[in-house]
Amino acid sequence: MSAPENKRRAFLAAVGAVAVAPGISLIAPSQAGTAASSAVRFGMLVDTTKCSPGCDACVKACAAENGLVEPIADLRQGSQWIRKIDLVDTATGRQHSLPMMCQHCAKPPCVDVCPTGASFKRADGIVLVDRHICIGCRYCMMACPYKARSFVHQPLTTQNPEVPRGLGCVEACTFCVQRTDRGLAPACADACPQGAMLFGDLNDPQSAIAKRLKEVATTQVRADLKLGTGVRYQGI
Amino acid sequence: MARVLTLLASLVLALPFQVHAGEVAKPAVKIENPDTQCVAPAEEMRRNHMEVLQHQRNRTLRLGERGAKVSLNGCIECHASKTNGSVIGGKDNFCEACHAYAAVKLDCWDCHQPKAGYKAAAVAQPSGENK
Repeated sequence: MSAPENKRRAFLAAVGAVAVAPGISLIAPSQAGTAASSAVRFGMLVDTTKCSPGCDACVKACAAENGLVEPIADLRQGSQWIRKIDLVDTATGRQHSLPMMCQHCAKPPCVDVCPTGASFKRADGIVLVDRHICIGCRYCMMACPYKARSFVHQPLTTQNPEVPRGLGCVEACTFCVQRTDRGLAPACADACPQGAMLFGDLNDPQSAIAKRLKEVATTQVRADLKLGTGVRYQGI
Repeated sequence: MARVLTLLASLVLALPFQVHAGEVAKPAVKIENPDTQCVAPAEEMRRNHMEVLQHQRNRTLRLGERGAKVSLNGCIECHASKTNGSVIGGKDNFCEACHAYAAVKLDCWDCHQPKAGYKAAAVAQPSGENK
């Protein structure tokens, strides 16, 4: 990186520090009529050392925020935007727990395989489904190594106004895009009683998440696939 | 000749006022908030609301633009019936009144919430069991 760029970054950081009250890390809310910026790369850091095995606060918060509350006859068909996974190292017996959701890959396989272009990545790195053109073929569900997507099997009536979802479409975690566009963190990150989920802009060197990623060892799940996941884990 | 002309003239004059047997009555669109101003004149909205909404949906979803003048939720908040709180549900509801008359299927509400001020109730079952 050249010196002039560094100066510019330092200047921008100083401006940001003045604008935001100390101790509060806000994500810049998108203004009316302003599109998501490609200068931003949203990501999340999950500290699995803080995540308790019995806790599902993130899953409940996700369901409430995104209206995943429809009673489902066959539980296997329920939508899972986020789920808790308990891991055991069979050699040592060490147990831990983590939330698993859409990893918001830089190179998302779900987008590669989508025959209609419904599966897409926004400029700020959030991977979404355009339900207007999703034909429900479920190729993306097959392609996702994280089992992050769900298919809606029944007509719905309990959608939240900001989170449209319906029969015959594939859906997944959106990083609560209706919240991030207003400058808020996703519902799961806000709800975590341990503060184990840190959300922010990976591209901004001054953001809390970028600083933590610089300090601690973190893992991308299935890093061998080189998908460049936006969600990273600490302690697995 | 004069009689024929008179007959023709009376026919032409009478046409707009004739109600044929079996004709479907024009939908009576109920405006719930008559004191407020829509984002565009009624005539324009009647013709172009679908193009306006489609254009904005792509900008909101794909580009992440929020807070635009046009929004489907904005339509619902203003046009939802005061009786059942929704823009659909019966012939008196704003969207359904015209769409039933024109026999144009409404797909929006398969995914979008048609009720104003709706908030999903407490979580019955947060997720499936296939972990």
